[in-house]
Amino acid sequence: MTQEPPRQLPALEQDTSFFWTAGADGRLRISRCEACQRYQHPPLPRCPHCRSEAVRPSPVSGRARVASFSINHQPWKPGLKLPYVVAAVELAEQPELYVLTNIVGCPVEEVRIGMPVAVRFEQHDDVFLPMFAPCGGSDAR
Amino acid sequence: MPGSSHAEKKVCITGAGQSEVGRPSRRTALQLTADACLAAIADAGLTPADIDGLTTYPGPSGDAGGFSPVGATETMLTLGLQPIWVGASTEGHAHMSAIFSAIQAIASGLCRHVLVFRTVAQATARGRERESTLLGASQGGNARVQGGNAWTVPFGVYSTAQVYALYAQAYFDKYGATQEQLGAIAVHSRKMAALNPNAIYRTPITIEDYLSSRMITTPLRLYDCDTHIDGSTALVLSHRDAARDLPRTPIEIEAMGMSLGGLGVNLHRGDFTALPSDQAGSMLWSRTDLTPRDVDVAQVYDGFSILTLLWLESLQLCGRGEAAAFVEGGARIGLDGELPINTSGGQLSAGRFHGYGHTFEACQQLWGLAGERQVAGAKVCAVCNGGYGYGALLLKRE
Repeated sequence: MTQEPPRQLPALEQDTSFFWTAGADGRLRISRCEACQRYQHPPLPRCPHCRSEAVRPSPVSGRARVASFSINHQPWKPGLKLPYVVAAVELAEQPELYVLTNIVGCPVEEVRIGMPVAVRFEQHDDVFLPMFAPCGGSDAR
Repeated sequence: MPGSSHAEKKVCITGAGQSEVGRPSRRTALQLTADACLAAIADAGLTPADIDGLTTYPGPSGDAGGFSPVGATETMLTLGLQPIWVGASTEGHAHMSAIFSAIQAIASGLCRHVLVFRTVAQATARGRERESTLLGASQGGNARVQGGNAWTVPFGVYSTAQVYALYAQAYFDKYGATQEQLGAIAVHSRKMAALNPNAIYRTPITIEDYLSSRMITTPLRLYDCDTHIDGSTALVLSHRDAARDLPRTPIEIEAMGMSLGGLGVNLHRGDFTALPSDQAGSMLWSRTDLTPRDVDVAQVYDGFSILTLLWLESLQLCGRGEAAAFVEGGARIGLDGELPINTSGGQLSAGRFHGYGHTFEACQQLWGLAGERQVAGAKVCAVCNGGYGYGALLLKRE
């Protein structure tokens, strides 16, 4: 797969590698508390709501809405393909469950707050970056 | 009266000093720190021997980005200080955390005169290595990104500009704010900086200049982002009983407010149109009989212009969603307006003294030392700092 834009990849660390490798079977996984059923992202070793240690990676639908976004034009580093869209997407599973990502699969000027999106993984070596692309449907606000 | 036993009521600001501003400076970060600290001590009418507490934010950061090149210990050695208490912390309420620590040290009876400083050398760092101030830069090259930056850098988020842009976009979308309204802050800052001899960018710009400036990350343009500089600011905080005989009219810390959270996945709450600075604002007003209408001048944090809008609302100086319309055109926030703000030129134009420039300017206004940019009769000044840890002060001169 081509690298557009060039990526500085995340280290696969003990508590977080499940997130970066979930795309191997095409399903996004988010840490979820088995005691109170709440999701959290990024993962922590306990549920911050009920303090349970029973937090486990849990498959999610991969559907989300764009909570906010920014079209980046600044060449922070050499070789960046500009412009690109940085976004916070709110996963369908829980209010305010945000993932920071890029919006791909549409012209940058078409991105809107509330736009329905779905996960699409981009593989770089052993890392599957969860990107999000428009998936049709009406805006969820 | 609420909280006459509150810690901050026992503490005054008695001196303030600032080094030259450079982009870059030929003086080292430690020299600049010494310049600011000695100026503040002299301004307070004290000698280095009187300083019994020393603190800074955040302490030496150990990276090459110039974010915090100088720590308390080397400052103590350089100035021959003999404080009984030294503190610094990267954790907590960010910029103002050192001021809050100093207040506690004084109110608890540990210290009488605490020197607080903040030094940055980000202009020098960028001159040496352009990418040094980016997120994750300290981890080097194309190495895999570890820790908190792993949630941003792989998605091309190299700067907090891109995170605050999410807030700006959501704010625009929800409240119908416009580029012209946001740009009014940048235009106003230049206008004020032109009146400040120690500002880095002093040539005024127009709203047309702003609208034709380079887009960094929508909707934030070049002029919406603060300016990396080299410089240092220092304050002397004193117990009110020890402040009476000093030359400057003591600036009373009428109230303080603080809160945490916001910047960083897992910390975002709500819909990206407000920050946890709201709680700092509520705390501030809960500790005083004064009200937002009593504020004569405000120094409102402007690491990015959007933060000024959000903070104006957090401090209840504007209603929710009303800050953009309030600043539009610049008249209301000008020297003769109903609420003059950022009279030094702020971080957008005077330079990123990282919060402490705002508190320094508050002192200049309340002491009547602000020259051409003086707000006539200013007696109450609100100051706020932060975008990832939040602090606010309500300062008052009798």
